[in-house]
Amino acid sequence: MSAARKLLIFGGLALAAFGMLYGLHYALFVEHQTLDRMGGSLTTAFVDAAERNLPATQLAIDEYTDTKYNYVRQVDAHSHWIGLAMVMIILGVVLERLTFREGTRVAIALALSIGSFSFPSAVILQTLTHRSSLSSGVAVVGSALVIIAMVAAAVGFARQRILA
Amino acid sequence: MSARRVLIFGGIALIAGGMLFGDIFAVFLLHQNGGRTGEALLAASRAVTARDSAAVRQDFARIGGLLEDHGTKLDAHAHMIAAGYLALLLALLQPYVALSCRSRKILAQLFVAVGLLLPLGIFLIHYVGLAYSPFSVIGWASVLADFAGALLIAVLIAEAWGLWRYFRGLRPDVGEPALPPDNSWESRTLLAGGTLLIVIGFLYGAWYAAFDLYEHEAREKNILSAMLNASTGSGGDAAQFVGDYGRLQAEKAVDVAAHSHIIEFGLLAILLTFVQRFVFLNSRWKRFWVRLLLAGSIILPLFVLLEMHLGLIAGGIADLGGLMVLIALLGMLAGILRYTGALDAQEENAR
Repeated sequence: MSAARKLLIFGGLALAAFGMLYGLHYALFVEHQTLDRMGGSLTTAFVDAAERNLPATQLAIDEYTDTKYNYVRQVDAHSHWIGLAMVMIILGVVLERLTFREGTRVAIALALSIGSFSFPSAVILQTLTHRSSLSSGVAVVGSALVIIAMVAAAVGFARQRILA
Repeated sequence: MSARRVLIFGGIALIAGGMLFGDIFAVFLLHQNGGRTGEALLAASRAVTARDSAAVRQDFARIGGLLEDHGTKLDAHAHMIAAGYLALLLALLQPYVALSCRSRKILAQLFVAVGLLLPLGIFLIHYVGLAYSPFSVIGWASVLADFAGALLIAVLIAEAWGLWRYFRGLRPDVGEPALPPDNSWESRTLLAGGTLLIVIGFLYGAWYAAFDLYEHEAREKNILSAMLNASTGSGGDAAQFVGDYGRLQAEKAVDVAAHSHIIEFGLLAILLTFVQRFVFLNSRWKRFWVRLLLAGSIILPLFVLLEMHLGLIAGGIADLGGLMVLIALLGMLAGILRYTGALDAQEENAR
């Protein structure tokens, strides 16, 4: 079994387990509390408005949008880690069908592995460093690596079809 | 039945079950739930105008229940399908898992069982609530779902351990034979089509993150502020802002659904590449199921996106796309059942 294939299959399994562990931790210790906070702050915004306390209303809306900003990204990171892990494992299994030299296959495997880990990690980083250019930059580079790897894989499969 | 067959059957059954559940959810619950949530939000904004804090709290308790109902059903659908995909992936890896035949089979059966238990637990969260729970925010259904999730992780780690042993040179007592290369039309079309779907889904996701995500988040905040200003009599029509809020939620939902569904169908197409050799049907039927699957995989996300412009007609066509994928999947499953039936008959004759 080639190094590229090992990297994709082992890396994919490890990433899937990591994504699931993150999801389990999130479901046990974070999600319910976050949803309660989100619902609570939106309710507070409306209750404050009913009491005509508009500055408090705005503060509650700010808290709601901040909590939702984090919630969306935390859930997205969980689903993207597992989804990309599955793409890695599948590509690992069909890697021999890519009509490229071993060096190119290793490059594709590396790009997909780095991108699959770093892109959701950067999404989590966004919750810690709100809208920082570092987290956005890593997310852009990570997703670009994943897209480039998949486009290269598509070309590899298409070449196989032509050669066949 | 070998571990690989358990995982292939279980995986396809989980995917088909998750899709059927998703179709039922989309047709009978999704829009109705959205409508009721909008009504409750409108009632809350009217309670704000009437300075009735107690009514606001009641309306938000109703909204919370509706959102939980919606979210748990969506999560049950997504987790059941994801467990099915992982089962199919593990089926592909079975020749490289250096564990005993019995261990592999137990792991496969456990994986399929907890793959069903996890979405069941998630589905029940809304109905069981916090009844008899010793925890302040986590109910028994959540505990069931979390336990199933932990078991899935344990199975995955055990399979990874088997793979590690294989790479260290150990071999199982009775191994699954490696799949021979398959260069059939069905296999190549599913591989190319699946890869293309994933690339389109990735590109669309990147577009959404770059141009829509932050705009949606900013718009949500503005609409909520405007809604509450209007409700307190500071100008504007609160009902119109409630409508705007509902449309924004729908816009976000269709963007995310199109992105996730096109990638999932791409993954499914690639995974089905490997089971084509087990589909015991003539090539005309095999090609028909492949075409139906790929057509449905494009129709569903495309018409989900068009729902914002064409309304319920597009929603109906999208549901039809989902049904096409489901029927194609069941058609292939029928072919696999015929294959395993033929194998069992051969074994019996040999005895």
